[in-house]
Amino acid sequence: MKTLLIGEYREGKLLESTYELLGFASQLGAETAFLLVANEFQLPAYDGMLYLADVDICGEYNPDLHKKLVLDAVKRENPDYIVFLHSSYGWDLAPRVAASLKVAQISEIIAIVPGGFEVGSCNAKMRRTVKPNGTKAVLTIQAGAFPSERTGTSPKVQKLTAESTGALEFLGYEAAEKKDVDLGKAEVIVSAGRGIGKKDNVPVIAALAKALGGEVGASRPVVDAGWVEHSHQVGTTGQTVSPKLYVACGISGAIQHLAGMKKSDFIIAINKDKDAPIGEVADVLVVADVLQFVPALTQKLQNV
Amino acid sequence: MKLLVCIKQVPDLESRFKPDSEGVWYSESDLAWRMNEYDEFAVEQAVQLREKLGETVELTVLSIGPDRVVEAIKKALAMGCDNAVHIQDPVAAAKDPWQIASVIAVYAKDKGYDLIFTGMQSQDRGSAQVGVMVAEQLGYSSCTTLVGFEYDSGVVTAKRELEGGIKGVVKMKTPALVTCQLGLNVPRYPTLPNIMKSKKKEIITLAVSDLLTAEPLAATISFYSPTKKGGGLVLEGEVASLVDQVIGILKEKTSVLR
Repeated sequence: MKTLLIGEYREGKLLESTYELLGFASQLGAETAFLLVANEFQLPAYDGMLYLADVDICGEYNPDLHKKLVLDAVKRENPDYIVFLHSSYGWDLAPRVAASLKVAQISEIIAIVPGGFEVGSCNAKMRRTVKPNGTKAVLTIQAGAFPSERTGTSPKVQKLTAESTGALEFLGYEAAEKKDVDLGKAEVIVSAGRGIGKKDNVPVIAALAKALGGEVGASRPVVDAGWVEHSHQVGTTGQTVSPKLYVACGISGAIQHLAGMKKSDFIIAINKDKDAPIGEVADVLVVADVLQFVPALTQKLQNV
Repeated sequence: MKLLVCIKQVPDLESRFKPDSEGVWYSESDLAWRMNEYDEFAVEQAVQLREKLGETVELTVLSIGPDRVVEAIKKALAMGCDNAVHIQDPVAAAKDPWQIASVIAVYAKDKGYDLIFTGMQSQDRGSAQVGVMVAEQLGYSSCTTLVGFEYDSGVVTAKRELEGGIKGVVKMKTPALVTCQLGLNVPRYPTLPNIMKSKKKEIITLAVSDLLTAEPLAATISFYSPTKKGGGLVLEGEVASLVDQVIGILKEKTSVLR
């Protein structure tokens, strides 16, 4: 079995998550080849075949051109699986490749299981096992689901190039909004999720954070709704944190949120729903109404 | 100018899910249905563009599924879409993303849409494939995960959300398709006058069998609850007792109360 792994390069750097592709291939027991649009002075720690396209010519984001590069490498390697990370780069490029090849795409794989690949569904509350109908397939793997692996230092480099269709022009990056709190340094974070119901209830969460000497965090929906500033957002598109104590209040536990907080030393989740995915990473799941439990806990802590 | 927005109806994600009788998807009993959250942002963006450009623009909303999806279509019409296409398919959930994309592409092929909006993924299946595959089949440019959208005389300027809060700025010419991320805008609630007005808007019903040409490329083998990793303590009961237990745990297991 052979895999073609599509690595990622952003703002002049090879992304560390690229090595998770090797971890996946190794669990699959598959041979590997790599495709990377990067810089020849910054090659991955890998000793197999590397198809390398020059990022100065091909750009960091140019999906039509990158699709042509992948198709070129597919032609040369004839892999069974073409594997991307399920990231803003991977989920954008993978369906283009699958559509061109008319092969199945299986998105956001979290495990290799008998009969196929396991993926999450219904906001990570449930699982599905999916298998491609043909012999070839495009796969995207969930960030953090497979261990990073390095396999040497000197890949065998084969250069590729392709012409841009010019349909799409990448204008550049816009930096993340400035952080007014550095959650990375907080020892205690008390985070608000959609379960707090409305913006007026944010002070209830802030009061518990204060009683515990910590900072306020938030899940994405709470930030999108404008209840809490973006600088407080925990998760893939916010901050990644690992405090001594993380208290998740009314947060169901979308994968993107879990990825940002699951390395916390101790996690307490408060949720009405006993089956909420946050329960998977929590040391303690308190099944209760946030708006009853949190004020009661705050009051008791103030008297401790 | 013609705009299309594609929406899916999904269960309320707070629901408890059980496998169906074949064990390959969820059972539809006891579920409340709503518009896929990502699609609400797609509808809002399309309606905003429709309002900005005025009466020369026609905005169509499309949804595939059984009769219940008409409820989601009606919401999109009340938000400001001009008319609707319901592709009748009682077994849409059994189709893979490639087939769903093909049905939309076959429908849209000769309609001359300048811009197509979709959500970046559905909340129930979460494959993030359909939008891009529609664009590929139509030969349109496409761009995913939008948190910023501007349109000016045939050119879309899009902001894509990348990891760590960074954004990528992209320009593309129409015809194009964009997939919308949460937070792109603030989806409106339909007002009562607009709900009344929308009742007069046309909903065309088409049979999926007339549009389906693609074979499935992937199959779901089984649908199940995740195996609990265990270790986590679950506390239930009276609030006062829960508070005492949690304080005990904080004292014993963490250093934050010392």
